[in-house]
Amino acid sequence: MIAIYILWLRQLKRFIRKKTSIVGALGQPIIFLLAIGFGFGPVYAKAGGGNYIQFLAPGIIVMSVLFTSIFTGLEIIWDKQFGFLKETFVAPVFRFEILLGKTLGGATVAMIQGILVFLITLVAGFQPHLASLPLAFLFLFLVAILSSALGAAIAARLDDMQGFPLIFNFLVQPLFYLSGAIFPIKNLPPVLDVITKINPFSYGVDGLRFAFSGVNVFPPVLSLGVLCTATLIVLAFGTYQFSKVQL
Amino acid sequence: MEYSIEIKNLTKKFGDFTAVNDISFNVKKGEVFAFLGPNGAGKTTTIKMLTTILKPSLGEVFLHGHNVIENPHQTRKSFGIVFQDPSLDNELTAYENMQFHAILYGLKKEVYQQRIISLLALVELSDRKDSYVKNFSGGMKRRLEIARGLLHNPKVLFLDEPTIGLDPQTRNHIWAYINNLNQQENVTIFFTTHHMEEVERMAKMVAIIDHGKILITGTIEEIIKKAGTKNLEDAFISLTGSNIREEAGNVSKNQMRISNKLMR
Repeated sequence: MIAIYILWLRQLKRFIRKKTSIVGALGQPIIFLLAIGFGFGPVYAKAGGGNYIQFLAPGIIVMSVLFTSIFTGLEIIWDKQFGFLKETFVAPVFRFEILLGKTLGGATVAMIQGILVFLITLVAGFQPHLASLPLAFLFLFLVAILSSALGAAIAARLDDMQGFPLIFNFLVQPLFYLSGAIFPIKNLPPVLDVITKINPFSYGVDGLRFAFSGVNVFPPVLSLGVLCTATLIVLAFGTYQFSKVQL
Repeated sequence: MEYSIEIKNLTKKFGDFTAVNDISFNVKKGEVFAFLGPNGAGKTTTIKMLTTILKPSLGEVFLHGHNVIENPHQTRKSFGIVFQDPSLDNELTAYENMQFHAILYGLKKEVYQQRIISLLALVELSDRKDSYVKNFSGGMKRRLEIARGLLHNPKVLFLDEPTIGLDPQTRNHIWAYINNLNQQENVTIFFTTHHMEEVERMAKMVAIIDHGKILITGTIEEIIKKAGTKNLEDAFISLTGSNIREEAGNVSKNQMRISNKLMR
């Protein structure tokens, strides 16, 4: 268990020491808030949707958590290239513990990033129900764990960053854009409807929106269930992937 | 249990390329064993199989009685390793790298704090304890890795070209310590190197591998005698030929990639 702790701590130290990348990672959410949030605001209001920032903010927070988590998980590729993964893999630690340490580390880092973005959305005019903040953080944390585990599971079998654009454009971006983060997932064309419903992150966004504004498409219990189940599946997949790693 | 390392018919294939081809030998407990061969001969691939990070295609390995393939987890506590390639976290300090290792190996805080201090002193990095590893020179990184490999008191120590890039002073220092460790605590030492004088000074037994095959095993005297040469360096060259080999770097991985491509 202590092995999980030290792996987690390492991830945290690495994150805190890279101050420029913390600030850098805030750029994208800010642009989204400005360009999409304020840009589409009038159209959204005219269509009867109400305050678009209020709708968009949870999506943007999920975006920053999702991206940070997956990329932290993908850092395993660097660990491979710089040889550090060998040091971890010859140690008397179960592969599952390594995966869990990495996942929790990535998730914690992403939560910090997510909270920073949350504060920015407040500046942009987002008005959440502060009473249900714990529930919101629970949803956010599940999103963080799920995406961090996903990143680690994928990275386990990659040797270099060449596959990175593939992962980013065909996995990370669709997971975000097709999660209802930037548009309501009601009355969608059938294909999109199916995709958003099988995307576990839709349930994360919806759950967060429920916690912050009391608006939801899925029952919150269902959202929690889907996120937990998806996380378990990804962790099982990751454990399998880790067991196959040869260095 | 007389042997520290037992290797039986060990083979590793990457596609069509056989990196290690049916090798068998034993290393006695407390022995200092030199594993020699030209670049790309299969030394590192063998060490990777002995240390649980690469699965053999065929064969068996026992490390202090543990079956390495079936019980990798139990095996891992008993050995320490200094890899050929760097394996430090550059974003952490020297102390933090050591601490990470200590905790992974389940050492208690009061134990590892002391040991880290004394090992850092041994490799003369005490004053750089809290510096980031990314600011270290190659030699300093190497010394830190050696200190780290010794941290958990392993019964077998694998050293894959440990003295690459070190000046003679540090080399002497480190070999003296390793020698001491071997004498005092009976730690088995399994090392590779291209410096034959290190072999002559340290090793009781030697195995020479080339093209994945063991050419010869024996004491230094036996090998020199069989090769009919004056010294070990000449014996090594006469056994493995004088052609210069491709730089080893990532031979196994490159081969794996090439054969993967061919199979597609």
